[in-house]
Amino acid sequence: MKTEARGSFVPVAAISLIILVIWYAMTVPMNAVVADSKIAAAGGGLANTIEVSWSLARPVLPAPHQVAIEFWNTVFGVAPWKVKSLVYHAWVTLSSTLLGFVLGTLLGIVLAVAIVHVRSLQKSLLPWIIASQTVPILAIAPMVIVVLGSVGLTGLLPKSLISMYLCFFPVTIGMVKGLNSPEPMQLDLMRTYHASAWDVLRKLRLPASVPFLFASLKVAIAIALVGAIVGELPTGAIAGIGARLLNGSYYGQTIQIWAALFAAAFMAATLVWFVGVADRVTARLMGARP
Amino acid sequence: MAGPVITARDLSLTFETADGPVYALSNVQLDVEEGEFVSFIGPSGCGKTTLLRVIADLEQATSGTITVNGMTPDQARRARAYGYVFQAPALFAWRTVEKNVALPLEVMGVADAASRIKRNLELVNLLGFEKKYPWQLSGGMQQRVSIARALAFDPKLLLMDEPFGALDEIVRDKLNQQLLSLWDATKKTVIFVTHSIQEAVFLSTKIVVMSPRPGRIIDVIETKFPRGRTLDIRETPEFLKVAHRVREGLRAGRSYED
Ligand SMILES: Nc1ncnc2c1ncn2[C@@H]1O[C@H](COP(=O)(O)OP(=O)(O)OP(=O)(O)O)[C@@H](O)[C@H]1O
Ligand SMILES: [Mg+2]
Repeated sequence: MKTEARGSFVPVAAISLIILVIWYAMTVPMNAVVADSKIAAAGGGLANTIEVSWSLARPVLPAPHQVAIEFWNTVFGVAPWKVKSLVYHAWVTLSSTLLGFVLGTLLGIVLAVAIVHVRSLQKSLLPWIIASQTVPILAIAPMVIVVLGSVGLTGLLPKSLISMYLCFFPVTIGMVKGLNSPEPMQLDLMRTYHASAWDVLRKLRLPASVPFLFASLKVAIAIALVGAIVGELPTGAIAGIGARLLNGSYYGQTIQIWAALFAAAFMAATLVWFVGVADRVTARLMGARP
Repeated sequence: MAGPVITARDLSLTFETADGPVYALSNVQLDVEEGEFVSFIGPSGCGKTTLLRVIADLEQATSGTITVNGMTPDQARRARAYGYVFQAPALFAWRTVEKNVALPLEVMGVADAASRIKRNLELVNLLGFEKKYPWQLSGGMQQRVSIARALAFDPKLLLMDEPFGALDEIVRDKLNQQLLSLWDATKKTVIFVTHSIQEAVFLSTKIVVMSPRPGRIIDVIETKFPRGRTLDIRETPEFLKVAHRVREGLRAGRSYED
C-alpha cells in the first residue's frame, strides 16, 4: 500500500504541475478582452500583463491561486452555517445526494429482484427502465421540481428524487447481473434442499451479488451528486452547490463558480472513495481472498 | 421402509439442442433397493449425470416412469429424501466451512446444527478447519466439505456425482474406505457415479455399466463382497473377475460407437 502510494505520487504531482502551468498561461489570452485596457493603462509589458491578468475581480478564466484563495476563504474563513460558506452549500447538496443515493439504491435493488424473479418483467420492465435514462435530465428536472413544488413538496425531497432517478439505473443493471451470477450448480443445490425463493434470494443470490452492487454504487454515488446539483438549478435555489454555480453565473462571479466546481469535484472523489472503502470492508467481512 | 428406493421403467430423456436432439438416456430400467450401494460407470457423455439428475428431479424424463421412495422425483425432492454431491464442490465462497455445512440445516430448519456440523466435519477429517473459507482449502478438502454438507441433514439416500474425481489415488482410497464404513454404519442407500472401474467394483453392491449415444444401460452386475470389505479384496480373483466383466461391458459399449 505504502509503496503504491509513493509510486503514484511523482506522476500525479507532475501532471498537476503541468496543468497548473498551462492554466496560468491560458489566463493571459483568455482574459485579454477584459484585461487589455487595464494592462495598457498600467504601462504594458510582461510584468503588468501577468499582474493584471491574474488579479481581475471578474476574470473570464480566474488564475488558480484566485480560485484557491476563494475556496480557502469560503471554506475556512466563514462559519459553516453562514450562507457565504461553501461548507454550508456543500452540506445542502450532500444531504440531498445521500438521500437520493439511498432511495435510488433501494429502488434499484427492488427492481432488480423483481426482474430476476418475474420472468415477464425482464421483457416488459427493462425497456422502460432503459428508456427512462435516455430522457435528458436537464429537461425533466425542472418539471419534477415544479410539479412537486405545486403540491407543496419543496427543499430536500424533490432534489433527492432527481438523484434517485439517475442512480437507480446502474444499480438495477448491476444487480440483475449480480443476482443471476450464482453458478447453475449452486442454484441446483438449493433446489435439492427444496429451498424457498426467499431462501435462495437471501442465502445465495444476494450474497453473490455484493461485488456487482458495489461496482454499481461507485457509479451511482457520483451521478447522484450530479442529480442533486442539476436539481438545484431550475428553481433558482438559494442553497447548494448548484445554487452557487447559478448565482456565480448571474453576477459574473467566475471565481465563485470555479471554487464551487472544485468543491463538487472534491465531494465526488470523497464519496466514491467512501464507497470503495465500504466495498473493501464488506469483502473482508465476507471472507474474500485478500 | 418397504419397497424399492428407485424404480425406473423405459426411462428416456432427449435434450433438444440447436444441432438436433441428444439422446442422453434411452430405455433405462433400474431398480435400487434400500441399503444398496450402486455405481454408475461409463465413458464421458453416456448420461450418468443425467440419470442422477432425473432421480434428483433436477431434470425431467421425456418418457417412461421413475419413482423415488415410491413417490415421483418431485415429491421426493420436496420431502428432502436425498443428499446430492455434485461433480464440483459448489461451495458458497462467502461462507466458512462450518457455515457451508450449516446451509441445508438453515434452509430446512434442522435443530442441533452445531453437533451435526461437528460430527460430519469429523467424518470427513476436517475438524480444525471450521473457520476457513473455501479459497483457503485444497480441491480435495473442498469436495470433502461438500460431502459433509450433503450428509449434514442425514438423508437416507445419497446421490454422488464423481465426488472423488479430482482427487489423487491415495486420498481417494482413503475416502472410499471412509465412505464404505459410513454406508455400513448408517445403512444409507448410495448411488455413486464414477469413471474408475476399481472404485466401482470396490464400493458397490451393484454396478450399472452405461454406454453413450444413445445413453443406455448395457450391463448390471451384482457383487457379493461382504459389507465390511477392505482394500485387500482388490487382489482377489473374484474382484478381478468382476472388474474384467465391467471392462468388457465398457469395451462393448465403445465398439457400438465406432
Ligand atoms: N442441459 C443439456 N442440454 C443439452 N445436452 C445435454 C445437457 N446436459 C447433458 N447433455 C448431453 O447429454 C449427454 C449426457 O450427458 P451427461 O452429463 O449425463 O454425461 P456423463 O455421463 O455424466 O459424462 P461425464 O462422465 O463426462 O460427466 C451428453 O452428450 C451431453 O452433451
Ligand atoms: Mg457427469
